Amino acid sequence: MAFAVEVKGLSKHFRGGDVRAIDGVDLATDEGEYLVLLGPSGCGKTTLLRTIAGLEEPTEGEVLIGGHVVNGLPPRARQIAMVFQSYALYPHKTVAQNITFPLKAQRMEKGERDQRATWAAELLEIGHLLERKPRQLSGGERQRVALARALVREPDVFLLDEPLSNLDAKLRTTARDELKGFQRRLGTTTIYVTHDQTEAMGLGDRIAVMYGGQLRQLGPPQEVYLRPADTFVATFLGSPPMNLVPRDGELLGFRPESFLPAELVEGGDRRVSAQFEVDRVEYLSGDRHIYGTVRGIGEQTRVISRLGATVSTAIEPGRVHEFALHERDLCIFDADSGRRIEPRPAPADA
Amino acid sequence: MARRRQHVTHCSGRKRSIADRDGVLARLFLLPAVVYIVLLVAVPFLLAIGFAFSDVTAGDPSFDWVGLDNFSAIFHDPVFWRALQNTLVVTAISMVLIVVLGKALALILVADFRGKWLVRFFVLLPWTTPIALAAIAWLWMLDSIYSPIDWVLRSLGLLEGNMHWLGRDNLAMASVIAVHTWRIVPLAAVIMLAGLVSIPKDIEDAAAIDGAGFWRRLWEITLPLTLPVVAVAALFGAVLTFTDMTVVYVLTRGGPESATQVLPSYAYFKGIEGGDLAQGAAIALFLFPLLLAAAVAILRAVRRMETF
Repeated sequence: MAFAVEVKGLSKHFRGGDVRAIDGVDLATDEGEYLVLLGPSGCGKTTLLRTIAGLEEPTEGEVLIGGHVVNGLPPRARQIAMVFQSYALYPHKTVAQNITFPLKAQRMEKGERDQRATWAAELLEIGHLLERKPRQLSGGERQRVALARALVREPDVFLLDEPLSNLDAKLRTTARDELKGFQRRLGTTTIYVTHDQTEAMGLGDRIAVMYGGQLRQLGPPQEVYLRPADTFVATFLGSPPMNLVPRDGELLGFRPESFLPAELVEGGDRRVSAQFEVDRVEYLSGDRHIYGTVRGIGEQTRVISRLGATVSTAIEPGRVHEFALHERDLCIFDADSGRRIEPRPAPADA
Repeated sequence: MARRRQHVTHCSGRKRSIADRDGVLARLFLLPAVVYIVLLVAVPFLLAIGFAFSDVTAGDPSFDWVGLDNFSAIFHDPVFWRALQNTLVVTAISMVLIVVLGKALALILVADFRGKWLVRFFVLLPWTTPIALAAIAWLWMLDSIYSPIDWVLRSLGLLEGNMHWLGRDNLAMASVIAVHTWRIVPLAAVIMLAGLVSIPKDIEDAAAIDGAGFWRRLWEITLPLTLPVVAVAALFGAVLTFTDMTVVYVLTRGGPESATQVLPSYAYFKGIEGGDLAQGAAIALFLFPLLLAAAVAILRAVRRMETF
């Protein structure tokens, strides 16, 4: 079976090669998959999305949609729909005219056009807004109109460029749920760009972590979180990020939530013990973030431990506590390349 | 002693200087503009209204009230009606050409290509050339015997003899319109270019994704979004064409036989060259209502731009 979207050896250089926005990316989506491109700003994720859409021509490599090479084809010939970060609604057209615009461009008859628009509007619950202009809509309503405009053509692929970043925090959570449910119902392959790891973890079937124009890791959210391919992925994901402790040309990585008071860590001889000199404790919505210096694992390093609300062990700043972590929660990276060198055994319940 | 002097300066520093008083300062800064407008716009305008109801001539500048005599005289003057009609025809046709060609030029200039700055530079040249010099250059281009345009047409075998561009009624009108268009298209293109650049990139991308081709994008996205800017360019073009006498004065002097006479040139010939200041003023006053309407239209277009 052909992949819905596939890119092979894709590169995009700007200014005659000075800026390598995308630098040799290979990536393929499964049919009906929700793939999230995650990375800090400037990592090339939006350029990758725009290249798939046909808004940018790649410098090297191929873009395939439905198994066909689409290099050189204009966006309209690619059976894709895109939602922009700004939503890019046409300000002079009503909501109804915005939604039917792609159908008009296909020269669909008016009767059918209106029928499809009504269907899309009802699906997104914006039927009552059809006669309004974009400037009369709230941020959340605009986002729905942009989705309806993308949906109405029934494309093979949805490309979403940070569609939630213009919404306020409260709305973003509900919009995220809706977006996920909406995609499940339609079953359309979706590529979603974001810099927000919470969005990525919550929405993605798989996450593609990008940095410096390169694909650093591709996998399901849990795998990317628990078994990061390199130190960039390890420290980009997670809040607070993974602790890295140098030891003999290697870096030992462990998540703050697996670094706990010794009596809470099981595993007998597979336990790694350490002295943790605490200098600060932060209370954050039930959790405690504990900052301090660790000794006995590798070099003396500042690390963070996160204790859940259920942990009641007393921790006092200025004292040395006996902490430990389970061997299976340890990742080992090469200190020079930053790549993980020891495949960590999968957790028993995964 | 030193301390005391310091105290004194401190006290005087506490007094508000003129630079601290916004109201006074605002009036002060506005003053040059007000003086300029009063002396060079308002006074001549009121003078023209006064002259139009008088018998002032270059030879006898004494002011005698004659009521509507000047107006009745020009209403009975067939050349006045010809000039009024020509003014409207030249302005209307030039405006359409300026908008269409300016828009096309703006669309070309907004695209990314090698040597863009050079093309932009050349495009702007007609606008930066003083109008009188440009008109003289055109006078040579359209010469009845030595016209290079005729020469090219002859070498291509399309013409025998000469076109006499400025010697035939319709060709002379067409020449005047062409020179006006040539002169103002660059300005209109730059104004519309600014409008095109202000369309968010996302909206253009969205239109491309939605499958709109060039013409649909032009008619349904670009033009509606830049309509206020296009209107401003059109009205600027209209006002500049409407009030210009240089092109006609240099190219045809209103001829052949008043075929290309326009209101400003006729007012000039009557009032300055003919010495009948009163009638010249009466003719020139006919420009006013149309200019007023154009000014109102420009201001309304600008206000619409702000509401998007």
